[in-house]
Parts: sequence; C-alpha cells; structure tokens
Amino acid sequence: MKSYVPNTEKDRLEMLADIGMEKMDDLFADIPADLKLSRPLDLPDPLSEAELRDLLHAFAVVNEEGGPLFRGAGAYRHYIPAVIPQLAMRSEFYTAYTPYQAEMSQGMLQSLFEYQTVICRLTGLDAANASVYDGATAAAEALLMLRDNKRKKKVLYSAGLNPDVIAVMKTYAHCAGLELVELPLNDKGVTDVSAVAPNMEGAAGVIAASPNYFGCIEPMAELAAAAHAANGLFVAYVNPITLGVLARPADYGADIAIGDGQPLGLPMAYGGPYVGFMAATKKLMRNLPGRIAGETRDAEGNRVFVLTLQAREQHIRREMASSNICSNQMLCAIMAAMYCCVMGPAGMREVGEQNVAKAHLLAKKLEKIEGISLRYPETPFFNEFVIDTPYAKEINEALADYSITGGLILKDGGMLWCATEMNGTDEFDFVCDIIQDTIDSMGGEE
Amino acid sequence: MRSEYKLIFERSHEGRRAYDLPPCDAPCAMSEIPEGLRASAPLALPELGEVDLVRHYTNLSRRNFGVDNGFYPLGSCTMKYNPKINEELATVFDEVHPLLDPEMSQGCLALMKEMEDMLCEICGMDAFTLQPAAGAHGELTGLMHIRAYHEHRGDTGRTTIIVPDAAHGTNPASAAMAGFKVKEIKSAPDGGVDLDALKEAVGPDTAGLMLTNPSTLGLFERNIKEIAKIVHEAGGLLYYDGANLNAIMGIVRPGDMGFDVMHINLHKTFSTPHGGGGPGSGPVGVKKHLIPFMPVPRIEENDDGLYYLDYDKPDSFGKIKSFYGNFGVIVKAYCYIRSLGAAGLKEASENAVLNANYIMNKLRGVYEIPHDRICMHECVVTPTEEMMKNEVHTSDIAKALIDRGYHPPTIYFPLIVHEAMMIEPTESEARETLDEFIEAMKGIAEQVKTDPAAIHAAPVTTPVGRPDEVTAARKPIVKYEG
Repeated sequence: MKSYVPNTEKDRLEMLADIGMEKMDDLFADIPADLKLSRPLDLPDPLSEAELRDLLHAFAVVNEEGGPLFRGAGAYRHYIPAVIPQLAMRSEFYTAYTPYQAEMSQGMLQSLFEYQTVICRLTGLDAANASVYDGATAAAEALLMLRDNKRKKKVLYSAGLNPDVIAVMKTYAHCAGLELVELPLNDKGVTDVSAVAPNMEGAAGVIAASPNYFGCIEPMAELAAAAHAANGLFVAYVNPITLGVLARPADYGADIAIGDGQPLGLPMAYGGPYVGFMAATKKLMRNLPGRIAGETRDAEGNRVFVLTLQAREQHIRREMASSNICSNQMLCAIMAAMYCCVMGPAGMREVGEQNVAKAHLLAKKLEKIEGISLRYPETPFFNEFVIDTPYAKEINEALADYSITGGLILKDGGMLWCATEMNGTDEFDFVCDIIQDTIDSMGGEE
Repeated sequence: MRSEYKLIFERSHEGRRAYDLPPCDAPCAMSEIPEGLRASAPLALPELGEVDLVRHYTNLSRRNFGVDNGFYPLGSCTMKYNPKINEELATVFDEVHPLLDPEMSQGCLALMKEMEDMLCEICGMDAFTLQPAAGAHGELTGLMHIRAYHEHRGDTGRTTIIVPDAAHGTNPASAAMAGFKVKEIKSAPDGGVDLDALKEAVGPDTAGLMLTNPSTLGLFERNIKEIAKIVHEAGGLLYYDGANLNAIMGIVRPGDMGFDVMHINLHKTFSTPHGGGGPGSGPVGVKKHLIPFMPVPRIEENDDGLYYLDYDKPDSFGKIKSFYGNFGVIVKAYCYIRSLGAAGLKEASENAVLNANYIMNKLRGVYEIPHDRICMHECVVTPTEEMMKNEVHTSDIAKALIDRGYHPPTIYFPLIVHEAMMIEPTESEARETLDEFIEAMKGIAEQVKTDPAAIHAAPVTTPVGRPDEVTAARKPIVKYEG
C-alpha cells in the first residue's frame, strides 16, 4: 500500500506515549462513539504507482482524442510553448499556498504583479485582480461589481455570450436578486445596439462578448457608447488571444474587461483548470473581487510585493466582502502571463493573424461545398464561424471515423467551427473531401 | 541577503523573441476585419530570449517557499505533501476538449463518476458534484442547494444562515453571496457551539447553519448530534465546511453526523497542490433530499453503459462554472484516493491528528494553549503574557520562524482567539521535523526573554524585509508603469 506517512509504527507508539496515550483510537475520544464509522470505508483496493499509471492511461485511451480538432466554443487548442509547463512545475511555485507571508513569497507575488500588468496591457485598463475561477465566474463577479458600483439591480447582457457564461450569470443573479435582461442578436449575428437604450432604465450596465459565441466580432464601441449614454458601465468579455490583432477593451470604452485565459498557454484538460481574468478602470479598482498584488517597500527601501487592498476581502470583511473568493487560479494565471511574455508583441500579433488566416481559409473552403452556407457571411470573425447545413450530424460522424473532431453542433442545428494555428491547411482539404463525400452520399435521401 | 529582483518588463530588449509558431501557409486575411475593429498598436509586452525568460521565472521561484522546500504548518490549509505521480498523471488528459461528444470522452466521464462515488463513501453523502472550483465556490454552491430546497417548498421566509464566530471568513461571505442574511453566534468557553445561543438563534427565518467540524480551533464538536437536532427541528439545514476533513477520514463521516450538504477542498485533504493560491477544487456532497437541486450537468449512465452529461434537471438551480469543474485537479485527487485506499486514508487522518497533538503537548508551558484538550489535525496556541509584555506578538513569532526555515502557522485566526497561531502539521511530516520545529518554537520563546530586538528585526534571512502594507493599501500600485 502506498503511504505518504513517514512515521513508522515505532515512531507512532513513542509519540502516543509522549502524549500519554496508548493507541490511535485514544486521539478520537471526543467523537461520540455511536457516530464513529464501525467498518472500513468501502473503496477500491489501493494501487501501486505502476498500476495507477496503467489505469490512468487506460482512461485516457477510452477518450478517442488526438486527431485534428475544429472545435472551440470556450476552450481552444493553441500551441503551448514547452517552457510554460516546465516552469509551472517549479515546485516552489506549485506547492506553495496563497502568499500570506510576503517575505518568503516574493516569487509568487512578483509573478502575480507581472500577471496583473500583462492583463492591464492586453486590455488597456488600469487594474487587474490575481484571477477568478474561469471566464463564466468572471462574468458573474462582474455583475456584482456593476451592482455594487451603481447600486442598481439590473444588468443587460448580450445573447451572444457563451451559453455556459449566461447560465452561470443567471445562477449568481438569482441569488443576488439581480434582474438580467437579454439583448438579442440581429441578422448579422451581433448584438442589436438599438435594444440597449430602451432597456437601460434602472440598469447598472451592459455586458457583451467579442468575438461572441458565434464567432462574430461585435460593435463594442457602439455598445459601450450606448451603455455610457444611459449612465451605465460597459463590460467586455473577450478572448485574450485576439488582443494582438483586435481592438482592446479600453480602446472602445470598456470599464471592465473579463474573459477566460485558457487560450494563453493552458491545456484544454477537459474543461479545467483555466483562469478567469478581470480588469477594470482605476475608478472601479476597489470593486474588484479577490486577491490583488501590489508594490510597496520594506524598511530598507527595497521594492517588495504584497497582497493588498485586502479590506475588500472575505477574511477581513466577512459578509460585507466584495466576493467570497479565497483560492483562485494563481498558477494558471502565472502560466498565462508566461505565455504572453514568451510571445511578446510580435508573437501575439502573429498568433492572432494565423488564427484569422486559418479560420477564413477554412470558411472559404467549406462555403464552396454545396449544402453548406456561412450563416453570417458579412460579419467579421476571428477564429470561429457558424455554418448551416442539413447534414451536421452526418458530417461529424463521418469525420469521427477519421479521428477528426468537427465543429460543435449548436442547439439551433448550426455548426460552430474553429480553426487555430494548430490546424494545418492540408487538414482543411481532407476535411472538405470527407464532407463532400458525406453530402454526396446523402444527396438521394433529401 | 536583501535583494530586489527586476520585473520581466525591465528585462525587455527590442527585437528579442522566445516564441516559435507553426508555419502558416494560409493567406493573410486581416483585411477581412475592418480597421476600426483591429488593434491600433502592438501590445506593450516584454521581448526576451527564451533563456532569459526561463532564468527570470526560475529565479523568481527561488524567492518562494512551498511544501517541497520545507515544513509548512499553515493551519486550516492542510499543506500536506503533493505526490509527484499525481502531477504526472493529470497531464494525460491535457489534449481532451471539454465539448467532445460523450462517445469520445468516456474515460473522463467514467473517472469523474467514480470520483463522485468514492467521495460519497468517504463523506457519507448520497451524491456529489465536482463542479465547484475551490472551497469558497463549494460553500456558495452548497448554500444554493439550501436556498433552492426552501424555495422549492415555498418556505420563502428562511432567509438567514447562522454562522459561529469561529468560522472561516468565507462562510459569512458565501452566505451573503447566496443572498442570505448572516447571524453570527458566539462560541461556548470550550470552543464549541454554544447550544443556548444556537437555540436562541434558530427560528422560522433559519435557512441553515454552517459548521466546521473539527472547528477552526482544531476541536471536535462533541455536541454535534444535539446541534443537528436543534437546527433540523427549527426547519433549517446543516452545512459542513470540509476545510478540516483531513482529521476524520475513515473515522467519522459528515453524513453520519447529520449534515445535509458539504464541500471538500481537494487541494487540502486530497493532496492536490495549492498552486500558490489555486487552482483548487471544491466538490459538494448532498443528501438525497437535495439531489434534485444540484447544478447541471450531472453525469449519468444510459442503458448501454455509456456515460453522458445530463442537463435535463428541471429543479436544478443551474450552472456555477464553465464545463465540469477543475478537471485536472480532480484527476490528481482521484489518483490520491486510488493510491491510498481505505486504510491509507484512515492512516493519513490518524497521523495528522497524532502529529498535531504531539506538537501541542510539547509546546505546553512554553506557549499558551487557550483550549487545552485533545486536538484534532491542528492546534491553536498563543504567545504568553510575558512575551506580550516584551512587545512580542504573534506576527513577530511568525517572522522569527521564517528565519529558522519554516513557513509560519496561520496567524490571527480564528478571530475568537486573541493572537492566535494555528498549527497544522499534517501527516506528511516525520517526527524529527516536528521535533526540530518544536525546538525552534522554544528557541524563539527563549530569545524573546534575552533579545526581543532580534525577534522584532526578523526576518533577516529573506530577500526582503517586512513590507509597508499600510502604504501599499493607501497608495496602491497594482501594475508596472514603466
């Protein structure tokens, strides 16, 4: 049996004797006898390290992944530079707790300060927190920021947000007694800006995503202006890997920028752990939830980093705190910062350009197939787009036979396709051939 | 020893690069995006060669302290050893997209289902969701069950969550976030829940009670059956804060104590590393009567033995996170449970409690022990009055411990103990480590008498001295401006 307890039986007996006890059971004398478990836990037999490795690899084999992937919808396959997982495995980082003792946690605190700076530079905003759980909970926390800052209990949200994000916002909003009003998309696949003004009465602000769930780049400047015109705040939910090529939230007037940092060097890992980032204007800094690293000095004048503005937080304010968040996703945040620093300005631009190039080439090739149409042909997109076809299910089944994961089939029957720098253009022709064959074979059945 | 360390932005050198993307043979399509929607300038990110970047982070890591560096008795945080095999095995799922069709992700679903079942057995609950990303997220999720339960019964007057004054700060914060009012009750002199205060606090507005057992004082709540009875008879539900579960695995189960809903911190009890502040994982377990309200999706098995994600739960209160939880963390905890089995988990809890009692016993007479009875996995001690007369406080003792190579205990918590130091050794530590720590604590107590100035000057072995936290908060600098 594997054990991570170093003390031997002899050690234990001597230690027990030292505290005046004979057996382990004596340590649990405070627990009422009738509550104690009178049998061993019914768990699978313990495994040796080698057996455990075999078991986990067997689980992995049952997942039939590995081939070309054309699916995004909130989690993306991007190139992860080799340095990132290796540096993240520095155990001084990953086996540490939250940096409560600044003097012995400068590595983590400085890394967080650098992460916050990276997020500020991506978004153009003034302050960022040290992360929340993911993009969806960042959106939920942003709702609470709007409520607290404007003292209003209504928020408008774009129907173009990821459905998972909307679902999580609704769960939090119900608890907070917030009213959420959906802004519909127009026939171009972007938020209907004219719907903002008539709904702003009593609203704290507007939250919209760009690119949105359907891949469309939203008219964020117009949405922000509409929110501001009614004295509301504007929250931009963005994919951070777009920001080397697309306008930054501060450029178009966002007061808060949020999103999921997964595209920045984090593996897909069946949905997590990822990292939710949150940035805001200086005015809203004290409404941010969670940890924030700040710069200060020690008595000798050395630059020191600490957790700061803690008067917002649960361990000080308890039920008056801006959020209940305690543990967040710090290691993931640092990995995202490492990614941005590996890429630099040129790499962030190049990866963005590659995504745009690949996705547009794929869209063009798919569009040429009879039986497939682009849903929003006039709307600019980044690396995702929706096609309509009566053969979505058959297409994905045919692709699966070649270990290819096709676009995500949406609830409305459309398919959301994604191409990144990880998709070779040779894959596109192969995929299109399979789709063409599939549609040809279906032709008679229409 | 003192040394500042340059920020990565201060190491930037124009034209250097560390990135290397796959070649792109698709034609540039940026012209498809109108100029007004495009970035107007390059991002202000640093430019470094790969070796410079690697050295930057490697040297930063050397200015940090983790469990792998040394003893880390941070109370309530269960800083046990993080097994290396679990880190390795979590990566086998790195390439799995979360929205694969269920036929393609049976391995992940099977692992999660088995994990839910094992947590049910360990905790005596009927169902678990793995969706919450951390302990506080689990608390919020658990409280949403309580809220949905009362709402579903039309029992809308139940708006108050009772929280003992010894509770973690996340408890009242989570209750407020779940839309409840918070009623705090004083602890009894023995550190347990004051039954009279509880009886007085409960009523038709009681939605539930949040309790940590063992408590944040490291003491088992001996009156737990009576407490459960009082809360249930008043129509409330009982929430178990699982932060201290490491004391009781295989010995007593929250479900058997009468709790209706609970969370676990996988990053404490089940050995997953804390990552310097996260990612954690906070699965929530419930009894049968709360199952209908659990967050979607639930993992179900169809007649063909195929696992699938079921979103069709009409009474569910919704979703609380993207996808299904911090899956990578869940895998590590799964590996831990499968490595140890039932006997290994019990052994871990027993030794965690033994180690804590060993330390407490050896510190008796050197430090004050405000609640001197058998402790569970952690003990709370305070400086003596004589130390305080020498102007030496808990924070000073913590800093003196840093100079002796230890991460300090949790300090100034629980709030109900003045100058608290909460020491949680965990089962990972050998007796010699505990003995050396005890000697260090005694040495500090001695130095307080002979040379208190040295204690006030601590830490002297670290790259920086005590930070000016007041200025940090008053004039916040939260990003690099260069």
